[in-house]
Amino acid sequence: MRLIIAIVRPEALGDVLEALFRADIRGLTVSSVQGHGGEMEQVETYRGMTVKMELHDKIRIEIGVSEPFVDRTVQAILSSARTGEVGDGKIFVLPVEKVYRIRSGEEDAEAVTPQDPGLTEILAGLTRDS
Amino acid sequence: MIATNSLQAAAIAVQGAPEIVGADTAWLLTSTALVLLMTPALAFFYGGLVRSKNILNTLMMSFASLGVVGVVWALAGYSLAFAPGNAWIGGLDFVFLRGVGLEAGEWGGFPHLLFMAFQGTFAIITAALISGAVVERMRFGPYLGFIALWTLLVYAPIAHWVWGGGWIGEMGALDFAGGAVVHVNAGVAAVVAALVVGSRKDYGRQAHLPHNVTYVLLGAGLLWFGWFGFNGGSALAADATAALAFVNTLLAPAATLVVWLLLDTFRAGKATAVGAATAIVVGLVSVTPAAGFVGPLSALAIGAIAAFPSYYAILYRSRSRLDDSLDVFAAHGTGGIVGAMLTGVFAQAAWGGTDGLLFGAPGLVLVQLIGIAAPAAYSGAATFLLLKAIARITPLRKHVREEGVGLDIVLHGEEGYARGEGAVLVLSEQPVRPARRPVPIPEHPAREIA
Repeated sequence: MRLIIAIVRPEALGDVLEALFRADIRGLTVSSVQGHGGEMEQVETYRGMTVKMELHDKIRIEIGVSEPFVDRTVQAILSSARTGEVGDGKIFVLPVEKVYRIRSGEEDAEAVTPQDPGLTEILAGLTRDS
Repeated sequence: MIATNSLQAAAIAVQGAPEIVGADTAWLLTSTALVLLMTPALAFFYGGLVRSKNILNTLMMSFASLGVVGVVWALAGYSLAFAPGNAWIGGLDFVFLRGVGLEAGEWGGFPHLLFMAFQGTFAIITAALISGAVVERMRFGPYLGFIALWTLLVYAPIAHWVWGGGWIGEMGALDFAGGAVVHVNAGVAAVVAALVVGSRKDYGRQAHLPHNVTYVLLGAGLLWFGWFGFNGGSALAADATAALAFVNTLLAPAATLVVWLLLDTFRAGKATAVGAATAIVVGLVSVTPAAGFVGPLSALAIGAIAAFPSYYAILYRSRSRLDDSLDVFAAHGTGGIVGAMLTGVFAQAAWGGTDGLLFGAPGLVLVQLIGIAAPAAYSGAATFLLLKAIARITPLRKHVREEGVGLDIVLHGEEGYARGEGAVLVLSEQPVRPARRPVPIPEHPAREIA
């Protein structure tokens, strides 16, 4: 299994989610973060006080997947989050030692995104219910 | 004393000039302030309905109208609407406020100048209403130019037709506080503006949710409060008609609110807060043309009936291709049309109007229909030409990528909810201008990403 961590622009999130769902990736966690990826500082002015905002709002997406899903997950994010400008973000792919699904106690590949695409719909339904 | 007063009265009667009445002046002063508050209220109503990255731009579209339209109105708009003219447009007698002084004019027992200010607050909010159709994508400069010219070329003539001695008022159409002049006018202009400016980039593909429903309710509540001046003040006196308009302004939205919550409950099983806020506005709009002409039970009926067309117009619009983003037409256009037509049904001579359909005079409904259709047609055509003309000079909207980032940062260089983390104070005297193209900074000192 792999843990895929992607940092993307907030305005790209809708497109990324759409691409992931199209690629049958259903289980993920999203958080709001701030960071700096070398992009241009954004200049703001408040009553004569000029500031450079060094940290930009980003979205961090974490997805645990089994091996067959790694590539399609990465491709989905790459294709949907890219604008070509500095600041599009990063994707990190990390090895995972162990995964448990809390509801059922399933382990490892059983506990992440389904391997059999035929089961996708059923399991997506179960995930929503839990 | 009595002798002196009657002598003065006689002298005034000879000159034909009305006298200043303290109570009327006090009520119109109050009403002017109440109507002015409606524009900030509208700003928050609209601001809560957009996404957080566009909150400041949305607020600014209404607040800027206080400035731009306020100035334009004083310099020329008031004259085009209310100076003596022909059936179609006022003259230039009051341009730059010449002859608009502290003596009572033909409008009632208060200074002419105060009447100008009272009407100015109506012009300001009417222009601001249109912004709800183009939020989250239109550029600020073209928007300001648009509302300035729109006030002169669209609002002022229509106000003249109905209130300034023009042909619709002469025809006998009833529009107590601006159902056609303000709401139908702004509603039609909003649809045209949404079509000309175009949809938001992901409209119909991704959800655009309200980011702060509490602001929406706050704005609706303050709109209701201000509307007592909008309708009550339109009596132009502190008299029984003002009291009737005031009470009807309380009753009609109350009825709309009840019906709307029931519709919500029957359709989706839950009464929604955004629905409640919308219902209040729809009820207020629907009673605006009727306020001083119908009895209180008729006001309840108007408010209740008005809920249905607006409710289903919103459902229909949100499934359509038309990105009238904050449903200006469904609330103000539809509400205004229904209110003006129902004024023709429920108006009663016994309450200060002329008798309508229910009281034996079906002809009024036809007059009301013309009183809506003409302003709607003119507003639609003139708004279209005006926006197309501005679009030939400068683009109306931002690039899609800037739209994605959000208009607060791109257009105003501020954030509505700045956290301030990672902000570095720039100590130079010159404001720093961002480069046209992003410049990558290699080897930037690494920062811990939270």
